Amino acid sequence: MIHSLFLINASGDIFLEKHWKSVVSRSVCDYFFEAQERATEPENVPPVIPTPHHYLISVLRHRIYFVAVIQSEVPPLFVIEFLHRVVDTFQDYFGVCTEAAIKDNVVVVYELLEEMLDNGFPLATESNILKELIKPPTILRTMVNTITGSTNVGEQLPTGQLSVVPWRRTGVKYTNNEAYFDVVEEIDAIIDKSGSTITAEIQGVIDACVKLTGMPDLTLSFMNPRLLDDVSFHPCVRFKRWEAERILSFIPPDGNFRLLSYHVSSQNLVAIPVYVKHNITFREGSSQGRFDLTLGPKQTMGKAVESVLVSSQLPRGVLNTNLNPSQGTYTFDPVTKLLTWDVGKINPQKLPSLKGTMSLQAGASKPDENPTINIQFKIQQMAISGLKVNRLDMYGEKYKPFKGIKYMTKAGKFQVRT
Amino acid sequence: MTDSKYFTTTKKGEIFELKAELNSDKKEKKKEAVKKVIASMTVGKDVSALFPDVVNCMQTDNLELKKLVYLYLMNYAKSQPDMAIMAVNTFVKDCEDPNPLIRALAVRTMGCIRVDKITEYLCEPLRKCLKDEDPYVRKTAAVCVAKLHDINAQLVEDQGFLDTLKDLISDSNPMVVANAVAALSEIAESHPNSNLLDLNPQTINKLLTALNECTEWGQIFILDCLANYTPRDDRESQSICERVTPRLSHANSAVVLSAVKVLMKFMEMLPKDLDYYGTLLKKLAPPLVTLLSAEPELQYVALRNINLIVQRRPEILKHEMKVFFVKYNDPIYVKLEKLDIMIRLASQANIAQVLAELKEYATEVDVDFVRKAVRAIGRCAIKVEQSAERCVSTLLDLIQTKVNYVVQEAIVVIKDIFRKYPNKYESVIATLCENLDSLDEPEARAAMIWIVGEYAERIDNADELLESFLEGFHDESTQVQLQLLTAIVKLFLKKPTETQELVQQVLSLATQDSDNPDLRDRGYIYWRLLSTDPVAAKEVVLAEKPLISEETDLIEPTLLEELICHIGTLASVYHKPPSAFVEGSRGVQHKRLPGSAGSGESVESPDTGTAAAVASEAPPAVIPSQGDLLGDLLNLDLTPPTTTGPPPPSSGLQMGAMDLLGGGLDSLMGDESEPVITSRDRLGGDLGGSPAMGTGFGATPAAMPASFNAPVSSGLDDLFDLGGGVGMPMGAYSPPKTVWLPAMKGKGLEISGTFARRAGVIQIEMTLTNKAMSVMSDFAIQFNRNSFGLAPAGPLQVLTPLSPNQSIEVTLPLNTVGPVMKMDPLNNLQVAVKNNIDVFYFSCQYPISMLFVEDGKMERQVFLATWKDIPNENESQFQIKDCHLNSDAASNKLQGSNIFTIAKRTVDGQDMLYQSMKLTNGIWVLAELRVQAGNPNFTVSLKCRAPEVSQCVFQGYETVLKN
Repeated sequence: MIHSLFLINASGDIFLEKHWKSVVSRSVCDYFFEAQERATEPENVPPVIPTPHHYLISVLRHRIYFVAVIQSEVPPLFVIEFLHRVVDTFQDYFGVCTEAAIKDNVVVVYELLEEMLDNGFPLATESNILKELIKPPTILRTMVNTITGSTNVGEQLPTGQLSVVPWRRTGVKYTNNEAYFDVVEEIDAIIDKSGSTITAEIQGVIDACVKLTGMPDLTLSFMNPRLLDDVSFHPCVRFKRWEAERILSFIPPDGNFRLLSYHVSSQNLVAIPVYVKHNITFREGSSQGRFDLTLGPKQTMGKAVESVLVSSQLPRGVLNTNLNPSQGTYTFDPVTKLLTWDVGKINPQKLPSLKGTMSLQAGASKPDENPTINIQFKIQQMAISGLKVNRLDMYGEKYKPFKGIKYMTKAGKFQVRT
Repeated sequence: MTDSKYFTTTKKGEIFELKAELNSDKKEKKKEAVKKVIASMTVGKDVSALFPDVVNCMQTDNLELKKLVYLYLMNYAKSQPDMAIMAVNTFVKDCEDPNPLIRALAVRTMGCIRVDKITEYLCEPLRKCLKDEDPYVRKTAAVCVAKLHDINAQLVEDQGFLDTLKDLISDSNPMVVANAVAALSEIAESHPNSNLLDLNPQTINKLLTALNECTEWGQIFILDCLANYTPRDDRESQSICERVTPRLSHANSAVVLSAVKVLMKFMEMLPKDLDYYGTLLKKLAPPLVTLLSAEPELQYVALRNINLIVQRRPEILKHEMKVFFVKYNDPIYVKLEKLDIMIRLASQANIAQVLAELKEYATEVDVDFVRKAVRAIGRCAIKVEQSAERCVSTLLDLIQTKVNYVVQEAIVVIKDIFRKYPNKYESVIATLCENLDSLDEPEARAAMIWIVGEYAERIDNADELLESFLEGFHDESTQVQLQLLTAIVKLFLKKPTETQELVQQVLSLATQDSDNPDLRDRGYIYWRLLSTDPVAAKEVVLAEKPLISEETDLIEPTLLEELICHIGTLASVYHKPPSAFVEGSRGVQHKRLPGSAGSGESVESPDTGTAAAVASEAPPAVIPSQGDLLGDLLNLDLTPPTTTGPPPPSSGLQMGAMDLLGGGLDSLMGDESEPVITSRDRLGGDLGGSPAMGTGFGATPAAMPASFNAPVSSGLDDLFDLGGGVGMPMGAYSPPKTVWLPAMKGKGLEISGTFARRAGVIQIEMTLTNKAMSVMSDFAIQFNRNSFGLAPAGPLQVLTPLSPNQSIEVTLPLNTVGPVMKMDPLNNLQVAVKNNIDVFYFSCQYPISMLFVEDGKMERQVFLATWKDIPNENESQFQIKDCHLNSDAASNKLQGSNIFTIAKRTVDGQDMLYQSMKLTNGIWVLAELRVQAGNPNFTVSLKCRAPEVSQCVFQGYETVLKN
């Protein structure tokens, strides 16, 4: 099971360590540092590193490496999932997961880690339960604690941990009963030079924020459940009911949670909401290159494409750029060669474009690589897969809740090759 | 107001200040002080000096303070064992607290204090907590047993905690069940032989029930535990699969992968024609694809496992090629894994897409990735023949980019393409030669030199090109030097007139100026060969090369099966069996996939294969990929295989010599590289015969048995062939004669007979006895149509009439071109014999081993690819009982009947022989024979495209081995 955990910041300092069994010397991290040195980019450090007596399994989140040390055969996914859960918990508790936030709350962090793992076995990882055990720090509570001498630690047995619905605490009360669901879809795509789609798939999630009194039992049905053939559910969802009727039936956790995530594979036809016209050329023998980029909407069902951000890693030979955006602002970092163009909203009447020249090192040969263009965007009020919620019903409680559903489409890894 | 202030107190005298604060009367101050201590501890400062002061704070009502002190205790108790005793009383008291949270906390913390003296005091409270009315306490106590076991295993056993833990598997609370399973699994890992997790249908049922209700982590433990179970039959297997399938939709990827493991394993037992089998296959693809949209670290582990899954069951993901396309900003470790899987999934149907992608990748920035992409194009060409032409033109395009490392990789793979499709793409050589100067990596230089040497007759200035390399001969790496030597000798043999000077130059460079024994010896061999018999030299050096096989770096079938049982573990990430690398897992049990329901004999339980698993583990010998261009030439002779196990039973010097050679050649083939394999094997043989070649073997002549020279003198080939097994003194097995036609039925004619294969000819040998009163004459024989088309090759030659009470021996050669009809059993033969009295019919069974032809030895690589290619449902497994032979003797015996051993591997004292045989009608049968030293029961797994012959072949094995 998980032996120890080290947190390492971007500059390679171990700023926190936690051991659940005997203490493992922090020199074990030297193997990690070696791997880190070999990796060209921070994210290229391999997630599983063998050392003579241990294995180091690491994840990189928020520019912090979470390095778990294990000694025996442990499923690596189990460790990685757990580490992600640790990160999520920190974020949940402190708002952000940064070195500063962790140091600011080191005692809570330590208490959390102690509750989450016992001798390497996961103990309480549900945010609901943890919050009953250890109250998240708030400014008010810290003040009150200092004055009254009371503590962050809950006094009772975390009841949820033993009930049949371990994800929900008992005795929840709200004056306003509300349930919000966000259908968020990310579209991952690779578009080739000529503009045809090589692969496109959709990663969708339904995130919920449910603030309902008592023990509500919800059912959520879809207009087109056929789309959801590859789904992962929150443990609260009754799988049998889904198998039989394609209806989501569940007693929700209290607060924010991810109800389900789904995947629409590249075998379905995935609509591509934007297109890019590009012309990035270098001529042999010339120290100038042309750069010409135009964006336009496509298959958006009339919805506006917003928060568009274009970025591209230009070839190493490019010294500088002289470009003219028709809207938004652009920056070029001559060191990292990263070009970013904050476009904003696409106006279908007047398509945004970025045109101009790139200057190359004098006498250098034409660069070999073709830059890839990454695009980020958001489209409100639309799920690109066409998924639609039909209705939400509540059983088990008498009051009438307020219900809301929101759709959004975002770009995930949306790449255009040139 | 935040905790970061605790980090700033680094001034001297800190410890004293803290000490004072800890002993303060004010509760608040105490708590602050403990917090500071914890903070210092967290960042690795040594605050153990404060131990007594902190422990004093333990008796408090304040839960947070108590927890903080507990945290401190866990960290430092080990270094202060005597002090830690002070805390015991509080623990014992807390274990009786009315609040279950405190009880659980106390038992949990006590387990974490790794001090022997304390553990004794822990037993009583722990026993109580294991039976606590509150499930929260019980589940905490279950984990505590594992902790205690880690500290003092004997104590746990003596106190009977293991039994209590086993009882907890039947607990009413799913969380308690999950923790009990987790604790037992951990204990079992360090306790290989204890039957801790005794799985039977009842416990399985309980686990499956708990599976639905426990936490995600508990589900992982339970699924991993389920994977160790072997269902009794396919129905049980199916019902478990049905109950596990919903886990594929879990949000936690570790749960998903553990479920995949259970399903992949239990699927083996389902009949392939079952509808459910197909459904299950379909259900497995989406969750695997979904794993690839998770964070990169998860993707990496998933991809390593998918790599195994596509090797075992390519059908699951064959339509999902696109999800493996590489994204520009994937981390490099994800990119490389995706590339690997893309090639494994490449087929005629999707090759165009794959190639277009690979070409795109070859222009990316990351050098490692680009290199692998270029190599991948070459592998596609070799794997999918229809795409070869397009691949070659893609590679040429890439060479035109002149990017140095791209060109070098391209040349290395083009060499392999030449090997696979000889005389097809040589037109590109001119383009390759243009880039000669830019090559600076040994592998690329060696590849280029090989190409120049191999096609010297088509390259006008081959001599100039090679000469240019020769200038800096001593600065080259060994790989290049060896290749250059061979290439120039090839050139000389092809164009002897112009290149005499060149060859002399290189030979003198290699033999006189080099310190490298490999190079020097190869130089001598060539020199001698060229000077004694140029014709023989030509035959040797320019010999036909074996084709290279389609897929490289496949995982060996047995290892793959084991790894499939370990999906989701570190073993699956490293593609090595856990015993090979996990420390502390003493005597890990090897897991095997259960046999399919269709196999004839009993289903093998997963551990029987290695019940007596020996801890000393030979490193797993994965069949090496054909990466390096030039291996050691002479390792056959430099490492004399004098210790290749006990001589076979029918020993004698001659046998010994052959055995030695067999082993040696085996090892030679094991790490041999491709291009000049044939020539070198033959050279190796020749060498043994020339006593003048002392240098190379100076160290070992004594090891060679006296009779070694005898076969050598008979020529190059014989020696090699001996290793290969033809011409063994032991002939093919032929059963004793049995009575086929009793005199009663034959109106006085009695026929007894047998079949044999002698010198490659199948014969029927009969004794005809006349027991009647009258003379018999006019004999004739005819066969009914039979499974393998056996027919007499000539008439039955009984020249003189058979007088009463006279017997005659007749031998009749048979051929296999007769009419074919499937018989039951397969080897049944119906015969009609006519004489002047009547026509008599009888049927007999011939041993199938006589149908094994002499050229039934498969190339190693071809074997590997074929083994993979044959669907798993064609595999059947049999047991041969009471066979008292060791693996070498068995191998020899089988070779006598044309069952050829291609490779041998030893794992944990168990020998695995990979064998092939070919039937007269061209059906290949591949076999894996597992022999455990000291165990008279052998296991044979047979794979064949025509699975109906398996049963029959197995009988052949049995008769050959037992006679």
